[in-house]
Amino acid sequence: MTATSFPAAYRNCPVTARRINLQAERLIRVNAVVSVVALLVGAIAALLLVLTRWQAVHLLPAVWYYRILGVHGMNMLIFFIIFFEMAVLWFAGTVLLNARPAAPRYGWFNFGLMLVGSLLVEAMQWSGRADVLYTSYPPLKAHPLFYLGVILFAVGALGVVGQFFATLTIAKREKTYIGSMPLVVYGAMTAAIIAVITLVHGAMVYIPTFLWSVGLIKGVDPQIYRLLWWALGHSAQQINVAAMVAIWYMLGALTVGAVVLNEKVSRSAFVLYILFISMASAHHLLVDPGFGSAWKIVNTSYFMYMAVLASMVHGFTVPAGMELGMRLRGYTDGLFGWLRRAPWGDPGFSSLILSVVVFGFFGGITGVTLGTEQINIIAHNTLRIPGHFHATVVSGTAVAFMGATYYLLPLIFQRKVAFWKLAKLQPYMFAGGMLLVETGMTFAGSFGVPRRHWDISFSQAPFDVPFNPVVDLFLAMIGIGGIIAVTGALSFILIAVKSVFFGERITEFPQGVDVVGVPQGLTRPPVHATNADEINAELHAPGHGKWGPTPGTVVLVGVFLLAFMLYYFTNWKLLSFLWKIG
Amino acid sequence: MLTRVHTGLDAVPGIWWKPAHKAEKVWVGIAFAWCIVLFAMMPLWHWKGGQNPSGVRRRVDPKAFYARTVLFASKYKVGEDRGLPIVQPPPGADVYLVGLTFQWYPILKLEQGKEYMLHLSSLDVNHGFSLYPLNVNFAVVPGYDYGLRVTPTAAGDFRIICNEFCGIGHHAMVGRVIVVDSTGRAVADNGAAHIRQAGAP
Repeated sequence: MTATSFPAAYRNCPVTARRINLQAERLIRVNAVVSVVALLVGAIAALLLVLTRWQAVHLLPAVWYYRILGVHGMNMLIFFIIFFEMAVLWFAGTVLLNARPAAPRYGWFNFGLMLVGSLLVEAMQWSGRADVLYTSYPPLKAHPLFYLGVILFAVGALGVVGQFFATLTIAKREKTYIGSMPLVVYGAMTAAIIAVITLVHGAMVYIPTFLWSVGLIKGVDPQIYRLLWWALGHSAQQINVAAMVAIWYMLGALTVGAVVLNEKVSRSAFVLYILFISMASAHHLLVDPGFGSAWKIVNTSYFMYMAVLASMVHGFTVPAGMELGMRLRGYTDGLFGWLRRAPWGDPGFSSLILSVVVFGFFGGITGVTLGTEQINIIAHNTLRIPGHFHATVVSGTAVAFMGATYYLLPLIFQRKVAFWKLAKLQPYMFAGGMLLVETGMTFAGSFGVPRRHWDISFSQAPFDVPFNPVVDLFLAMIGIGGIIAVTGALSFILIAVKSVFFGERITEFPQGVDVVGVPQGLTRPPVHATNADEINAELHAPGHGKWGPTPGTVVLVGVFLLAFMLYYFTNWKLLSFLWKIG
Repeated sequence: MLTRVHTGLDAVPGIWWKPAHKAEKVWVGIAFAWCIVLFAMMPLWHWKGGQNPSGVRRRVDPKAFYARTVLFASKYKVGEDRGLPIVQPPPGADVYLVGLTFQWYPILKLEQGKEYMLHLSSLDVNHGFSLYPLNVNFAVVPGYDYGLRVTPTAAGDFRIICNEFCGIGHHAMVGRVIVVDSTGRAVADNGAAHIRQAGAP
């Protein structure tokens, strides 16, 4: 079926002059809306959880604590993020490539599958028939419909990923763009490839578990399950990493005119993700009995940390691209003039910066450290683990997705961003609250406070466990930070819902002025001057200084590396104080 | 950066496989070197370090492991606390600890500075072994015997918290390990020294 025999309606984007396919646009919208609904459920659950773990409040009874913990995990890590990623795939495949979607009606079918699957999971969890938490480790058993719901959801998501590849093929064949696809689409494609790897593992783990739950097979080996489940569970987070990095490049371009320093370097880093990042299942199995040390070392390190290398490369090229983009546009004063004069009031930009910084400094450093074979002994299943992954998935991915939403609202939903003042504040509120949560969790975990635990006062236990009183302070930090972060999340939801359903329509973007409800990147697009190539050559000239065209970024990554080394070796030191174990 | 100035939203016409600028090359080189350090630390610690999760690992029938633990407990029982046997095996012995909903069985009494082979497993679902207040954590998986050579380095009264969700009584699952010094006392210079020992020997 060619474009001519399929007279899909298009509209032209007034900002980027791209052709937007209306069928694709509807798919983007519906996936984004469901994603936000899941975020709402997950955020309310989060509030109940932090108010329970804050031992002084201890809100929920035990049964409901564990139940809501499962609800929180599924809604945030699966439904919110993956529905949003479906929107990203439709967006990257069609809008960014001027292309039409492959088989849009099948897209609706897949969306339906995912929706039915997620509703089944919700029904089973809320009714107490799936009190097995997010990981659902057997021999703990849930109702078969829980596993079936996950399978339906995964099949739908896999279908959309397939459609994304088909869309790329169509765009290439119909020559909707010239040359190689944009880097942002390349990043989305990386996410999609990792999604295939992830979802295949999902099928490998959930189909047998479903058969076991209905009594068709005798049992599921708990250790094999843990191996395969985490090939789903952790790899799913690597989809987020790739999608998030793609969004970093996109937001950088939209907000400050970030340039791609070198396509080869950035694309090679994405290829490293594809090749190595799915080995991270091992991060969860470092103190498991089923695997030997050689296996653990090779896998937990993504084969000599090749995926970490990729993240460190993006950690340079993303800020350096922003710095160079600003410098090319004349913000050349000093080391950090480009940063100081960046549009901090643009929620798209502030989200981007917060996402890059917290993901890198907090999520990245803790992740590599905790994922070290031996250091995991002092971290496994303590609160240090959620401390780490909230810094990656929430402060990194979710914040980046929120930042992208502030641009998608005017561009795709054609609405002004409602409650504009709140929107400018929202990224700081959300990321600030989460930083408190993550810090509280990390420190409490360092004192041995377990994750997924209803009562660390151990009031019903046969022996007392008197934690250091400072732990109460960290748990209060989680509670207070959680309240702030949930307020930030609810603000985001309020803004998104008001904008989408009751927002002021906007189809034309006046240029050169500030418009309330429209991020500055749309009314003052960071366009590069016609002589940008010359300025660029000048900045790159050897005489410009030995730190190259982006000296500010060189300083930033230097600070990052020092922080990394300090945290990493401190943990080895702490480990050495333990009993001898081997 | 020898291609024309463009953003990540632009398609790239022509050949983009161009040499990177020196600053980028240097950073990639430094990052790669750091990755090799990160990697090398793990084998290095197996060689020189004292804390490794390697152990001796094998599959085991959960019921057989439980029976072995009960036999071990009756053989070396020296006392009782809250209905659980306190078991003091000789140094060097195989020590068995089983997790079951919602209990760690039995209570172990070990001697400071002596090596034991600690076998961990579960009778029913996944549990998590977390030694308080040292913060030593291992996964306890049914059907798998995780044998770890442990040498307690300080006397004291320790707790075992379950840190893997195992059901509704998960948060009440606490066990006990006593480490005595060469004089047989559980005096401790560790953080658990102030644990009350009501009814304990």
